[in-house]
Amino acid sequence: MNQPIGPTSDTILYLSGVNKTFDGFRAINNLSITLDRGEMRAVIGPNGAGKSTMMDIITGKTRPDAGRVVFGASTDLTRMDEPAIASLGIGRKFQKPTVFESHTVWDNLLLALAGDRRARFTLRARRTAAETEKVEALLETIRLTSHRNRLAANLSHGQKQWLEIGMLLAQDPQLLLVDEPVAGMTDSETEQTAHLLRDINRTRSVVVVEHDMAFVRALGVKVTVLHEGSVLSEGTLDHVSADPRVIDVYLGR
Amino acid sequence: MTPAACLSDRKSPDAVLSLRPSHHPRHLPRVMAGKGGTRRGFASLCCALALTLFLVFGGAKARADTAADPYAGLASQSFDSIVSAVQAVALSGDARAHQVLDALGNNALYTWRYDRPDHALFIHDPQTGKWLNARTGDPVHAPPFMQVRRIVANDMVKNALQTATGVLDLSSPDPALRKAAASAIFANPAAATLPGVRHALSIEKNPAARAALLQAEAADILSTPSASSDERLAAIHAVAARDDMPARNLLSSLQGEHGPVATAAAAAIAHIDFTLRLWSWLETVYYGLSLGSVLLLAAAGLAITFGVMGVINMAHGEMVMIGAYVTFSVQQVFRAYIPDMFGSSLIVAIPAAFLVAGAIGILIERCMIRFLYGRPLETLLATWGLSLILQQAIRSIFGAENQNVGTPDWMSGYFALGGLTITLNRLAIIVFTIIVLAALMAVMRYTPLGLRMRAVTQNRRMAASMGIRTPWIDAMTFGLGSGIAGIAGVALSQIDNVSPNLGQNYIIDSFMVVVFGGVGNLWGTTLAALVLGIVNKALEPVAGAVLGKIVVLVLIILFIQRRPRGLFPVKGRAVEA
Amino acid sequence: MTRLSFTVTPVIIIVVAAILAILNLGTPATSALHVSDFVVGLAGKYLCYAMLALAVDLVWGFAGILTLGHAAFFALGGYAMGMYLTREIGARGVYANAQLPDFMIFLGWKNLPWYWHGFAHFPFAIVMALIVPGVLAAIFGFFAFRSRVGGVYLSIITQALTYALLLAFFRNDMGFGGNNGMTDFKDILGAPIGRSSTGTALMVISAICTALAYIGARWLTGSRFGKVMVAMRDAESRTRFLGYRPEYYKLVVWTLSAMLAGIGGALYVPQVGIINPSEFAPANSIEAVIWVAVGGRGTLSGAILGAVLVNLGKTILTGALPGAWLYALGGLFILVTIFLPRGIVGSLRRKNARDAILPTSDEPQGIAAIDSVQADLRESGAEMEKPA
Repeated sequence: MNQPIGPTSDTILYLSGVNKTFDGFRAINNLSITLDRGEMRAVIGPNGAGKSTMMDIITGKTRPDAGRVVFGASTDLTRMDEPAIASLGIGRKFQKPTVFESHTVWDNLLLALAGDRRARFTLRARRTAAETEKVEALLETIRLTSHRNRLAANLSHGQKQWLEIGMLLAQDPQLLLVDEPVAGMTDSETEQTAHLLRDINRTRSVVVVEHDMAFVRALGVKVTVLHEGSVLSEGTLDHVSADPRVIDVYLGR
Repeated sequence: MTPAACLSDRKSPDAVLSLRPSHHPRHLPRVMAGKGGTRRGFASLCCALALTLFLVFGGAKARADTAADPYAGLASQSFDSIVSAVQAVALSGDARAHQVLDALGNNALYTWRYDRPDHALFIHDPQTGKWLNARTGDPVHAPPFMQVRRIVANDMVKNALQTATGVLDLSSPDPALRKAAASAIFANPAAATLPGVRHALSIEKNPAARAALLQAEAADILSTPSASSDERLAAIHAVAARDDMPARNLLSSLQGEHGPVATAAAAAIAHIDFTLRLWSWLETVYYGLSLGSVLLLAAAGLAITFGVMGVINMAHGEMVMIGAYVTFSVQQVFRAYIPDMFGSSLIVAIPAAFLVAGAIGILIERCMIRFLYGRPLETLLATWGLSLILQQAIRSIFGAENQNVGTPDWMSGYFALGGLTITLNRLAIIVFTIIVLAALMAVMRYTPLGLRMRAVTQNRRMAASMGIRTPWIDAMTFGLGSGIAGIAGVALSQIDNVSPNLGQNYIIDSFMVVVFGGVGNLWGTTLAALVLGIVNKALEPVAGAVLGKIVVLVLIILFIQRRPRGLFPVKGRAVEA
Repeated sequence: MTRLSFTVTPVIIIVVAAILAILNLGTPATSALHVSDFVVGLAGKYLCYAMLALAVDLVWGFAGILTLGHAAFFALGGYAMGMYLTREIGARGVYANAQLPDFMIFLGWKNLPWYWHGFAHFPFAIVMALIVPGVLAAIFGFFAFRSRVGGVYLSIITQALTYALLLAFFRNDMGFGGNNGMTDFKDILGAPIGRSSTGTALMVISAICTALAYIGARWLTGSRFGKVMVAMRDAESRTRFLGYRPEYYKLVVWTLSAMLAGIGGALYVPQVGIINPSEFAPANSIEAVIWVAVGGRGTLSGAILGAVLVNLGKTILTGALPGAWLYALGGLFILVTIFLPRGIVGSLRRKNARDAILPTSDEPQGIAAIDSVQADLRESGAEMEKPA
């Protein structure tokens, strides 16, 4: 495996030698991953491989014990908290759809729109025509136009997933981290989600963590296999599927 | 006259005479503090010198009377004479001495209004109205009241009386009384008592009394300016060995001295100060442990319901209160039917309180709390409402006033452990807490219920799918937590007022303990309770009780903000997933 | 949320207060329509409670912070007003000393403590009734929210806060009258406290303040700030990953809420004529929470309605059956939380689904419920670390 020496101008996310231990348990062990601008990457791995912890570290929820996490050319993410990292342009979708249930679909998207996040702004903010336009466009993208005035709580599971993706898009991020987006979805919803992600990938970089191999195959992107907190194998799905170490890990030999 | 007679034969009037000078040590020239060599030699020197001095100062005539009749001086108009007579009577060894001196102390001693040659003394008992001849103890006819006067004791006389009775008690047949008398002399040393002490020492066999006498002797020597430097140094060592406050007070009175005596005294004081600090530190720790074990008892049940189940039970304090009322009720039954067995009422109250509070806890869980799982804030409000109802119910049944919960004899009293005073009820609570905690941990660790409880805590879904009836476990867990609270109530009834508000006073402290210790960890709860108890008690002398409590609350508030999961957060992947 | 409901509640408050005032001052005492001073006093008291309820609802109903210590801010506002009223007594006290309040003379104090200076002036006292609770709340909130203390932990430490203040104000050497607090006030801004017109004026001022507080709270919760606040209540980590900083939003609403409670307390004291440390009792704070729960958490008119209804019930019941009030209050806590979790107004609004502010269902049940609360308890940690 080629270890890059450092982030280049083409790199959007660069992790090098990252370590994280929880009470003696090594969740992340000398993890190094490089993601190019505009790339979509699927991350797979058995339970406890460190996929979610990796996401936590990138988004600032968890601070690594050691290692570098660089966004873009030179922004060090290990020193920032979640809101700061989010403002840089990194969006995260949770495994369980997390939307603001007491708000309408419209308000959910409005709150997610990129803009000033400070209390002193939101106290005086008025809805602008530009905002209305953007929200309407997003509603179109996530196919919830007819549901714009419904409370998010009353949406179906799949609709909530889509709303959350819409909220991520409203943030206008450069990098999207998506955690198991198709868990609990029907086959047709899964297919649509794959389409949606590929659409998104035209303008943004995406990292998808997923268990569903059919979905990963449908995405058709480079795959990174995590095991015990570090990269076990990397390449096309066919390549990693043929890797004897990956087979060992998955079959538990 | 031999020195031996001087000390041992108290009946001898000469002996009395010879001791006189030492009652007025300040009048003696420094010559007296010669080279006494042995104690006995020194004493004989004293006797000889004293006799000489009397002759020189020409009090021979009057003193001769005194020698013959130690009581005569009491009838004198002069306080100085009375003081002398008191001392003489005390050392006379006369069987009547004690009663006469007591009568003088109690303002019950009378003599002729106008002095008569017989110097008659009467003891009047105002209760019975009877009159006694003080010297013989025989009843006499009441003298015409216009012809007698009461002998009044001023402060000087009272002091002399105190010393004198102290010396008298040295010859009591009861060793404990002799020891107490020696201790009293130590507490109030005077050169005057030295000969008496030495005499007693020469015949004392009881080791405890003897040790006390040696201390008293040393104190007396230090109060005798005429004592030799060597003697004083030895005395300082003897006194310093006590390592306590009275010793320090005595030694600090030597600060005016010079030379090696002062150096030795200063060194001894420094040592005693160190020891005293150590003891006071230990005392703080003991009080802290005592408070901490009370907090721990109150919080242990909460640690289970809050820690294991995640249920915030604001009515927990009322479970404690119910435990205290169960104790009261059990005691009422004992008082009414088997008063002889009252000492064992607490033994009966412990299981009773556990069962009653536990049953109420299970009832609460089944009727209320199970509808509120997953809504911790609502649970908090509902259980608060419950606590109001329980308080009011107790108020309706028993009344709002404090109830009289008795302390069995075996739990009252105290004993000294070095410089510490250990009260039995506090000690009993510490021991009781240890037992309860050990039992609780054993239940959690070794019983099937404990195993299931731990399983449910770690992974409720998995436990349920393995056939554990989780609702039943919830009810039992809540019952256990409430039962422990009831037991805490038994203990608290021994040190706090049993009133409907009892629980309220502990609920915030208990929550602080659980939150401080880390939710779901009994060891954390234990450590937190003890630390809070000790910090509370350590702050009390510095900041006062109320301010100390405020400081502790503020510290905990700050602590929670630094470590929101307490001292020992539950760790691991299973509980976090 | 129509414009109509925006104005209905304040109009009702003002109209009722005006009617009471007119019937109290404008009719002879013998008239059947006459409203006694006692009733006017009660109304004024309830309105102060309503302000406290609004304050609690702002933080609990909208920001999800269950406060068990808001009565502390109420009491601090009350003490600021009490200090003004005490200075206003001047030389009319028992010791006839214009320089020192009676209790200080009784304690043998020679000089007025520094923190009493300025309280002889009414505007200063009013400003302090806002600033002192506000600053305390800001300091407390800054530390608590920054460390991400939340849920029941925050509730418990707010209770500890008011408990600590309770103990502190009981102390004589704090200089606030210790156990007895302050009472025997003579007049406010020259108007005698006991006079009927003064009481009515205070009640009307309380009504105006309550109406203004309601309008302010409506504006706040209707703004985008308010939307972020509710979003934060429902999914705090989502707001964080969207780039909002919940700690600042919480701090702002928490501090504003404390100041509102302070105003309530400041208006309360001249109407009841006494302020003492028992106002800090944790039980008072929890009672304020139940007013909001009864009326409807997350509905501002519900908070006012709850405060008035519960206290009306308290007045009536303690008069008729003194022993029964605590049973009733305790029962109310249990019944409302189990059977009426949305409160009166919330339940009425639920029929109109568009207006529902609380999530309609979806509360985890059974095993999932306990799982989630256990997770909550452990999750409220500072680092929010969560492996794989």
